[in-house]
Amino acid sequence: MTNLPQEPTKKLGLVIDLDICVGCHACAVNCKEWNTGGYGNALSDQDAYGASPSGTWLNRIHSFEAIPQDAQGQPVPSDARIVHFPKSCLHCDDAPCVTVCPTGASYKRAEDGIVLVNEDHCIGCGLCAWACAYGAREMDEAAGVMKKCTLCVDRIYNDNLPEEDREPACVRSCPANARHFGDLADPQSDVSVMVAARGGVDLMPEQGNRPVNKYLPPRPKTSSCASSNEEEAPNLVKLAQENTRGGAAQSGFLGWLDNALSRM
Amino acid sequence: MHPAKSVIFFTTISGAGFGFIALLSLAICFGIAAFDTALFTSAIIAVGLSSAGLISSTFHLGNPQRAWRALSQYQSSWLSREGVLSVITLAAFVLWLGSAFVTGHAPLWIGAAIAILCGLTIFATAMIYAQLKPVPRWHSHLTPASYLGFGLSSGILLFASLTPSVTALGYISMASLILAWAIKMMWWQRADKTGRDADGSTLATATGLTGYASVKLFEAPHLTKNYLMKEMVFEIGRKHATKLRRISMGLGFVLPFILLMLAAFFGAPIIICASAAFLLHMTGLFVERWLFFAEAEHVVALYYGK
Repeated sequence: MTNLPQEPTKKLGLVIDLDICVGCHACAVNCKEWNTGGYGNALSDQDAYGASPSGTWLNRIHSFEAIPQDAQGQPVPSDARIVHFPKSCLHCDDAPCVTVCPTGASYKRAEDGIVLVNEDHCIGCGLCAWACAYGAREMDEAAGVMKKCTLCVDRIYNDNLPEEDREPACVRSCPANARHFGDLADPQSDVSVMVAARGGVDLMPEQGNRPVNKYLPPRPKTSSCASSNEEEAPNLVKLAQENTRGGAAQSGFLGWLDNALSRM
Repeated sequence: MHPAKSVIFFTTISGAGFGFIALLSLAICFGIAAFDTALFTSAIIAVGLSSAGLISSTFHLGNPQRAWRALSQYQSSWLSREGVLSVITLAAFVLWLGSAFVTGHAPLWIGAAIAILCGLTIFATAMIYAQLKPVPRWHSHLTPASYLGFGLSSGILLFASLTPSVTALGYISMASLILAWAIKMMWWQRADKTGRDADGSTLATATGLTGYASVKLFEAPHLTKNYLMKEMVFEIGRKHATKLRRISMGLGFVLPFILLMLAAFFGAPIIICASAAFLLHMTGLFVERWLFFAEAEHVVALYYGK
């Protein structure tokens, strides 16, 4: 039934730390790897080795340039930062992708809030993808059914896996620990504590979908290059000079290099 | 949004079909149409158009063999409601007309109920699009109003071309054209003022990177187009929008209106004028519906820097 369930008491979801993500795409690759052999149809590719490849992915990483502003609201281009932004299904509480589904293939689980597609019932009309503001759903061209993040429902409850692997593939593979998995309905859970401490946000709250997944905004910069403080940002040239031992023919960088090579 | 041919055909043709069924039902009730072969032909055309539209809507499905499942979720889904309503309406019309042919008696209230069901079906078709908040241009009461207006105008034009004996239909057709296109012009006027940010969605809210002077796409996730970009970041439509609007109004309003004037005031044969007017009107509607999809912007394009 595509009516939404009562507010789930457990809301499994992800917390993604935009301060830490390095944009390596490992989560997307591991997601594709796990999900192409896991739940439902494979994630197909079209023209994979041709001129214009495309394919179904449940997780994609966009990179944005954000220019901060000063107290007067003026842009500070020297403090511009790159923010890597992984995006997958947010498992919204008020998921419009579920209610628009004409067949009942799209549903939200009452027990943990995960939004799933029953691929045997999906007719591939694509309306759920249109209803999603976040672009979380992609039609698989080979299977003709809608694919989306399952929160690795076939990992997180899987007793055949070692306990440390019972989390979504993207979380498991993140080398920077920028992705976290947990129950966002429980205020005591690690993820909820993290969201509270770091001011986690909803994406496009104005769309009224009440996403479960939260994003932790980048921390403000503590110092800029312009006001470089030696304690925080050591002057490497100076450091190299200090490291130059007595007796070396050269000082500065060449001296350091000479020294380093001598020690090898 | 990607303008799928099957969906353009579906929304315009089934709109005309259900508009025509509504008018036929009312005409039978009020004794305007007699139980003759002309009515039989009209009924077959009306049911044929509605069914053709519905069948074509399954052509864009990934798994059309499961389309019957779409009748199950009428509690929450406008697409499902549209399917259920169109099946009920068609079945009711065919059964009612069949029994009327046999008994020679057509209860008025059933005809009125079928006309209302036709209106509800067209309304549900429009709500499939009007319900979508991420497409602010569609998210308006004017969308169902416009679909209903065009369902009425194309139904009346078709009725006029198949029922030349009723001269009043020429005038009613002209009035319906003015009404339908007036609603559409209001729709366009609103649409032009309703950008993708109508609900306040910007790249800043989409990424949660609020409080910055600017946020822009630095690097897309991939080099080639994906499903989302093909489906929801369709950009060709906006380039020729003004010209195409004129073409759709010329074909859908101006020419049909002139033809109807010729029939009404200069004695041109109504059967030819009204038929030509109907065909031109539908061609204009194809252009109008193509623009409806092609011009619409979805907020997901924000993530792709579009």
